[in-house]
Amino acid sequence: MAQNNLGIKAEAKDLNFYYANGTQALKNVSLPVHENKITALIGPSGCGKSTFLRCFNRMHDLYPGNRYEGQILLYPDNTNVLSKGVDPIEVRMRISMVFQKPNPFPKSIYENVAYGLRVRGEKSKVKIDEKVEEALKGASLWNEVKTRLNDLAFNLSGGQQQRLCIARALATDPEIMLFDEPTSALDPIATVNIEELMSTLKNKLSILVVTHNMQQAARISDYTAYMYLGEMIEFDATDKIFTNPSKKETEDYITGKFG
Amino acid sequence: MEKINQENLNAQSTSSKTLEEVRSMIKAHKRNDLIFASVGFVVITLILLTLLTLFIDLVIDGYPKITYDFFTSFPSRRAANAGIFSAWVGSSLVLLITFLSAVPLGVASGIYLEEYAPKNWFSDLIEVNVSNLAGVPSIIYGLLALGLFVYGLKLGHTIVTAGLTLGLLMLPIVIVSTREAIRSIPIAIREAAYAVGATKWQVVLHHVVQYSFGGILTGVIIGMARAIGETAPVITIGALTFIAFLPPPPISLSYPFISFEWLQSSFTVLPIQMFNWLSRPDHAFHINAAATGAVIIVLTLIMNGTAIWLRYKIRKNIKW
Repeated sequence: MAQNNLGIKAEAKDLNFYYANGTQALKNVSLPVHENKITALIGPSGCGKSTFLRCFNRMHDLYPGNRYEGQILLYPDNTNVLSKGVDPIEVRMRISMVFQKPNPFPKSIYENVAYGLRVRGEKSKVKIDEKVEEALKGASLWNEVKTRLNDLAFNLSGGQQQRLCIARALATDPEIMLFDEPTSALDPIATVNIEELMSTLKNKLSILVVTHNMQQAARISDYTAYMYLGEMIEFDATDKIFTNPSKKETEDYITGKFG
Repeated sequence: MEKINQENLNAQSTSSKTLEEVRSMIKAHKRNDLIFASVGFVVITLILLTLLTLFIDLVIDGYPKITYDFFTSFPSRRAANAGIFSAWVGSSLVLLITFLSAVPLGVASGIYLEEYAPKNWFSDLIEVNVSNLAGVPSIIYGLLALGLFVYGLKLGHTIVTAGLTLGLLMLPIVIVSTREAIRSIPIAIREAAYAVGATKWQVVLHHVVQYSFGGILTGVIIGMARAIGETAPVITIGALTFIAFLPPPPISLSYPFISFEWLQSSFTVLPIQMFNWLSRPDHAFHINAAATGAVIIVLTLIMNGTAIWLRYKIRKNIKW
């Protein structure tokens, strides 16, 4: 592999994104996603950070008329995630996602976690059992649910549901996990749990997280990107962004003068 | 108190009402709630009373006839001996065909329109037409069926013709309720399924169909309840009014055990039996008609009740 890719799991290059109505939501956005690190996307509402995140697993393909330009390269195989020739389903099998509001299926806890494996055609009960346990442990939910795996997922609390969704995303061994404001619907204690979990998860995979909460970005991320009006204003190590940003706009935003 | 209030209001600077004025304004606004609630209550009571009167009237008139014999006797020239055996068997068989033809077609169409069809002028046209079909007078379906099934496909005045006709009638109801049920599934749940790498077909099979099952079932039962009372289209396609035999049984004890001859049998159904008795001058037959009417209403109530109960039962595990 090329030298400059070392330690980089994925990279967006000059990404433009247009919604079906013609609005350009992303303008020439470039961003590296470092391997086994947490990269946070911050910025005011409507700046395009969620839109950007959802390009990584081609979620925009679900709605007709949306259009991408540019590349998101996935290393080490240099696959351009956005290429027409790459099946979005293949992309989603490699890059999983956790949403803003916990969205478990109205099925049992076990079935929620097993679903990704079932979609991949896994039939072996033993193997699925094993993976479900591993994923639930990985999402630090196992001890709370191991005696009631067949209960409905809706019976869990909000924070538990979100950890279940993380387990669901984890069960298929993704290379990157996308988090779209994963704690904005949760109480402070559940938020702490999820943040701790994310810090553990980065040992296994690379994380890209959108957050409204600047303190959260500062607490958990290794790199931070500040976006505004569809543009990438600044990207750097989190320490640098929060202590000594090089752009005036970034400083205004993180000091609360704006946004 | 007055002073604090005045300060608050001044701070807003748009309103200059005193507390007294605000209170009387709220009171006046609340009066509208009361008026609407009272009018609504009166209207709904009137509707229910009308329905109840009709039903009770039928039951009172028909009560002496509703016995075990009434359900197991064929129609007869003598009112006292006449029963609805051939009518309820006919209704059941016709409904079976209706169910088997309308449900798979309707559910599949609904899923296709909602999940697969591209959104353009053509799908809009289909959408408008399907909704319109639900409002087309049933006798039009009867005429269509007369031309298409009876003469075109030469199916004759048979159970299968009646079943397919009522199936046509029920189809838009099933399509519309399937689409409604599918639409009520939150986008977040769909996205969750797609995000783990499911294909469209897997999303439909594992999620859409399962979560919309209650709604679809409700639509199906309500459609069936409508079909059981339909008279006009069944008359149009030539149901007989006097049938003193049953269709050949579908299962027999001798080879080949299963027979489809009943499909081609002539038949009658409950509303037609009722219509026939009503049109006779002899008052004794009117009692039979009332009894049949009561049976149809009870059947409809049972079906709608089942629909509500099933919806409740199935929705209990799904919260969104």
